[in-house]
Amino acid sequence: MRVLGIESSCDETGLAVYDTERGLLAHALHTQIALHAEYGGVVPELASRDHIRRLVPLLRQVMGASGCSLAELDAVAYTQGPGLAGALLVGCAFAEGLAASLGKPILPVHHLEGHLLSPLLAQEPPEFPFVALLVSGGHTQLMAVAGVGKYELLGETLDDAAGEAFDKTAKLLGLGYPGGPALSKLADVGQPGVFDLPRPMLHSGDFNFSFAGLKTAVLTLVRDKSEDRPDFPADVARAFQDALVEVLVKKSIAALKHTGMQRLVVAGGVGANRQLRQALNEAARKRRYRVYYPELEFCTDNGAMIAFAGAMRLMAGAQPRPAGVFAVRPRWPLNELMGA
Amino acid sequence: MQILALETSTDAGSCALWQDGQLLSASCPAGRPHSETLIPLVQQMLAEAGSGFACLDAIAFGMGPGAFTGLRVACGIAQGMAVALDRPLLPVGSLETMAWEAGGQRVVSLLDARMGEVYWGLCERHADEGIVLLEEPGLLLPDAVPLPSGEDWQIVGNALQAYPALGSRLAAWDCQPQILPQARSVAELGALALARGEALDPALAAPRYVRNKVARTTAERLADGGRP
Repeated sequence: MRVLGIESSCDETGLAVYDTERGLLAHALHTQIALHAEYGGVVPELASRDHIRRLVPLLRQVMGASGCSLAELDAVAYTQGPGLAGALLVGCAFAEGLAASLGKPILPVHHLEGHLLSPLLAQEPPEFPFVALLVSGGHTQLMAVAGVGKYELLGETLDDAAGEAFDKTAKLLGLGYPGGPALSKLADVGQPGVFDLPRPMLHSGDFNFSFAGLKTAVLTLVRDKSEDRPDFPADVARAFQDALVEVLVKKSIAALKHTGMQRLVVAGGVGANRQLRQALNEAARKRRYRVYYPELEFCTDNGAMIAFAGAMRLMAGAQPRPAGVFAVRPRWPLNELMGA
Repeated sequence: MQILALETSTDAGSCALWQDGQLLSASCPAGRPHSETLIPLVQQMLAEAGSGFACLDAIAFGMGPGAFTGLRVACGIAQGMAVALDRPLLPVGSLETMAWEAGGQRVVSLLDARMGEVYWGLCERHADEGIVLLEEPGLLLPDAVPLPSGEDWQIVGNALQAYPALGSRLAAWDCQPQILPQARSVAELGALALARGEALDPALAAPRYVRNKVARTTAERLADGGRP
């Protein structure tokens, strides 16, 4: 079975074709990072305006690369939520118009399901069950995944997402937007232990996170101890990253212990962070757990994970619905997702 | 020739089918989002006309100005259909559509742009071209809407009611506030555009927002003493 996937929930337009026999046939992505940079953050209306300009060229690109025609698709999957309402609606309207006139059925996909299944697209995919750590600019969650459509939320952030904390802290250090990747690069040359930042909720006894306080601690540091020495920003970045990584690692290991599962799957943009990967790998090795990551190109939002999640749902027996009547779900808790 | 038309630039969504000059149209039921009602309405209309997606030669859509989300619903659906069917698109402006609905020779279209502003279009009817905009469509404060030069202008659109002071300032003219963009006019103007060879590849068709400043850059916020 062959599924077209369309992702437009935030600032990336992604399309892909996944074939259940032959795997991922093609994918194409446009990122709007440069568009939003001068605004210091994603402007929802501008994101929507950009998505609608990108969809047709990206669809043509991905169909051309896939070697199959639109008529050879079995279903159209798109991100129904969660995300920016206007941005979601663009991908949704396009997909529905396309599917309705092709006479193809629709599979609405939960964005986070796309992320947490994305490591299955890798060369060495993990087997079920596993604990998924989803860390991105919009989400920070720990989930127990028993199979396709069988997800249990173990815990999540109560305020900022990890990626959001990275970007906001980067802003405080004058690293621009989106500064997350620049911050972690700077942290690599910082001296560990120069500053001691709080590890929020490390001992809360649950699997929830909170990163707003960490950002505030950096703000206080930057304001009060503003030092002229050139290493100051790097040392602050290092202290921030050390704190955030420690919390993510300890809670992930605790989740593995709690569920009795042996595999940890890391998804989302922050999953590309080198120090996080190192720390997770080391902690897991000591306890004989295995850690899986998506291919780097599928860490951030993309169409491949949506096509794949749609295809997995089909394989699990989900009934696609006829195209035509649609609604986006900007806020859509994963635990409301019905099993396949 | 068959042209499907979609219009959702205001709450009053509609679709129409133009078949060699014959028009069929249908209105979206009120009170529900266009995303839930527009495509089923199209499917029903095509079935009743004995037509179908494969019979279409082009798809016309209301490109605005109007509600941003509505413009993208019509444009996105139209793009998806056009790519699927390998047919061209015909973007038709909402202000021109309102002028066509009014029927007069010279029409000022005034569409409520919300946020205390008005979309303004100075329109003239031409025999073959349908409606021609005499100036670039504007986004104006109600007070800044210019008075028409001469008596023979029709003034149409919901801004006349949304801004009563504007309505009374223009009360000397033939005012028709109930006129809104309708898919049947999008279809007719689209047919004229198609005859002129103005059909577009779907990759090139986009909404016409007119309100183009929607956010302030970091530099602009800082210049006003705001936060980075």
